[in-house]
Amino acid sequence: MAFFNALKIYALLLCILFMPLHAFAQTQADMPGLIHQLTDKSRSTQAEAVDALTATGDPVVIAPLDALLNGNLYTRKSDGSVWITTATATGFDLRDPLTGADGGSVAAGEMSKAKITNAIRTRLRGSIGRMSLLGPDPKLRREAADAIFKNGARESIPLLEAALEKETDETVIRRMQRALAGVHLDQSDDTQVRLKAIETLGAFTDQDVRALLNTALKQSDESVRAAAKKALAGVESRLEFWGMAEGLFHGLSLGSVLLLAAIGLAITFGVMGIINMAHGEMVMIGAYTTFMVQEVIRNSYPGLFDASLFIAIPAAFMVSGMVGIAIERGIIRFLYGRPLETLLATWGVSLILQQTVRSIFGPTNKDVGTPSWMSGAMEFDSGLALTYNRVAIIVFSLMVLGLLVLVMRKTSLGLRMRAVTQNRAMANSMGIRTGTVDALTFGLGSGIAGIAGVALSQIDNVSPNLGQSYIVDSFMVVVFGGVGNLLGTFFGAMSLGLVNKFLEPFAGAVLGKIFILIALILFIQYRPRGMFALKGRAVEN
Amino acid sequence: MRANPSFILSLPLGGKILLALMLGAALLVPLLNLLTPVDSFFHVPTYLVSLMGKYICYALLALSVDLVWGYCGILSLGHGAFFGLGGYAMGMYMMRQIGTRGVYGNADLPDFMVFLNWKELPWAWYGFDMFGFAMLMVVLVPGALAFLFGWFAFRSRVTGVYLSIITQAMTYALMLAFFRNDMGFGGNNGLTDFKDILGFDIQADGTRSVLFALSALALAGGYLLCAMIVRSKLGRILEAIRDAESRVRFLGYQVQYYKLFVFTFSAMLAGVAGALYVPQVGIINPTEFTPANSIEAVIWVAVGGRGTLYGAALGAVLVNYAKSYFTGALPEVWLFMLGGLFVLVTLLLPKGIVGLVNQFTSRTVRSPLRFLYAGKQP
Repeated sequence: MAFFNALKIYALLLCILFMPLHAFAQTQADMPGLIHQLTDKSRSTQAEAVDALTATGDPVVIAPLDALLNGNLYTRKSDGSVWITTATATGFDLRDPLTGADGGSVAAGEMSKAKITNAIRTRLRGSIGRMSLLGPDPKLRREAADAIFKNGARESIPLLEAALEKETDETVIRRMQRALAGVHLDQSDDTQVRLKAIETLGAFTDQDVRALLNTALKQSDESVRAAAKKALAGVESRLEFWGMAEGLFHGLSLGSVLLLAAIGLAITFGVMGIINMAHGEMVMIGAYTTFMVQEVIRNSYPGLFDASLFIAIPAAFMVSGMVGIAIERGIIRFLYGRPLETLLATWGVSLILQQTVRSIFGPTNKDVGTPSWMSGAMEFDSGLALTYNRVAIIVFSLMVLGLLVLVMRKTSLGLRMRAVTQNRAMANSMGIRTGTVDALTFGLGSGIAGIAGVALSQIDNVSPNLGQSYIVDSFMVVVFGGVGNLLGTFFGAMSLGLVNKFLEPFAGAVLGKIFILIALILFIQYRPRGMFALKGRAVEN
Repeated sequence: MRANPSFILSLPLGGKILLALMLGAALLVPLLNLLTPVDSFFHVPTYLVSLMGKYICYALLALSVDLVWGYCGILSLGHGAFFGLGGYAMGMYMMRQIGTRGVYGNADLPDFMVFLNWKELPWAWYGFDMFGFAMLMVVLVPGALAFLFGWFAFRSRVTGVYLSIITQAMTYALMLAFFRNDMGFGGNNGLTDFKDILGFDIQADGTRSVLFALSALALAGGYLLCAMIVRSKLGRILEAIRDAESRVRFLGYQVQYYKLFVFTFSAMLAGVAGALYVPQVGIINPTEFTPANSIEAVIWVAVGGRGTLYGAALGAVLVNYAKSYFTGALPEVWLFMLGGLFVLVTLLLPKGIVGLVNQFTSRTVRSPLRFLYAGKQP
């Protein structure tokens, strides 16, 4: 008995000692062999090696598989060893496929490349995708799940299930569920499983799910078809909703850009009646002021960069406002009552300003940075992404409008401005310095254009031509909204923005814009004083 | 109204000089270009012939702007659109004339359409292989657009700066449209690589000289027509509309029809200018439609002197000569100069160069040139 016991214990010991060691030894021993097999001339041997390596589930095999896929896996002719290579000027730098250890450099002629076919390529992509499903990076895991969803194979099911159990990240879980349901629906033989998959997919809202459900409509099983149809209806109605939401957001975003560009013009043109063709250049000057402020901050106080826009706003207001006052005092005041001449003179000013900026800063686009709090986006499951800079511009344009309305209605400057524009002679005899008020009003309008420049520098190219691209649009907004009416400008900008964005899917961006211009030309015939015209007796001049 | 000698004699001196210059140039320049030896002092090189031809086309455009702005108070910031449309009509004719000599050798389709993989000619191109039809379109297309635009605008009494802004929007919309490849007018490359016109090689000295002579004659004829219009009873009403539109309306005149007529006529004139311009510069593309171009044409008129007709032609030639010179010699300075010109002319020279000269001659009462101004209206 003792002998048997001893034998048993020995056997047990052997088992304990050798079992894991055996398993360990096998993977360790096989891996270099399998890597070597990857470079084999026979495609079926290569395929076997790819599958075997994938089956180990060990993340280290991703590097050699990836290298093979990208054509960086080579064998050395002298000893037949396999390396991952990086091309250099003279030849290759070598790395060990598994350990990544440096293998020195060799001339190009000493290596021969492992060749693959498209079939192997597809297999490799699938393998790499499945491997990264278990990797440490949630972004890669999500991408892997999405890749499986797009062209999932039946063999990914167990792997996905395993990954789902371990997964902690909420978004990745949803993506994995989607992928699993997608593969089930596409490949499962069990009707119940497919119905369950349709139910899961029905909760998602994106174009890919819609496409997949559409293919499910062609399946032979009646109940599956009915379920898919029902799920599809739900998905489509939600997609439509999100599409509307997206269009609304983009429309409001474009509208607020137009509002910013036009709001200064609403004062100079709308309130004072001055056609300022250099208005776009005030916007441009504001954008360049932002650039200058950021340059100073970058060179002297890098820590303040996130606050750069808050410094740029008053700076741009001052610079553009000063230029505006200079233009008013130097040129425009001699031309009151001659609107067509004002138009030509300010056009000349705009040419001079453009060329000045071009001479100082050069004709190329300037790089204006985005503060960290403005980059990124709010992302929704349906693929809708609201970028923070667009959101910020919408909020900012409303703030500027509100502030301006307050200035015009509640301050003494606003009161005097309105008095001068309504009856200049009367205001003058009441002791208001009409000249000063004119200059300040024009300065205010120009300064606001400068502030718009700060905002536009975040979404547009800062170049000497920046203003030109907004001038026609801004005039359209002011004329459409009604001259001399700030709220009209707001409605004008927003409705133009929305109409533009909702036309775009049908007509394309350029054609949509042409339609809007034609519509506006016709609209002006119908209501020559805009949508929200001021009522009064001053019909002509 | 009749173009008899007494009418020509009654024109202001500037107008007489313009007519004489154009008729003389139409005769002399081709002779000096074709018949004198290349090294002769009197030889006019072909590039210069084309350059002068280009200026004369600009002058004709300026004339058309002055007719509406100077005499009827319609500041059109979109006359470049009519100029461009006339140019495109001419360009389309010449594109069809290329025939199988294009890169792709397609007898019907211009190269850019073959490149876009189009199979047949768009309807808008029908008929443009016929010279007569194309020439009709040169005046009809801009005229129709102006008529349509003016019909809407003048009927609903859109005036002053509002009209200026929507004319600008019109040319801007056309620019966007012509930049699109789908429109079938060559996209942003426009129409170019012309070979011949009515069978004459477009590069040949003789063709160039004839085109120059035609441009000069067109300017002279355009001037005469405009002068007839502004000196007729119709012209008096136009001036009255410019000065007090409401009052003319209260007197019982249908203001919109007068405006519509002069606007449409002016657009046709601009179309002719564009059609003569394109064969001489060899290309037409959508940049002709940029609002900046149209505004520049207005400043030519302002520099020369609005409301004088011949002053507009003078301004166009002077400003464009300066432009050619400075963009070559000091490219940085040109925009400063052009911008400064806008500001200075509007501030200091509201009547332009012609106004300045008139002021000078009327002050010096005993000017020896006095008798030359006998025909000028006080």
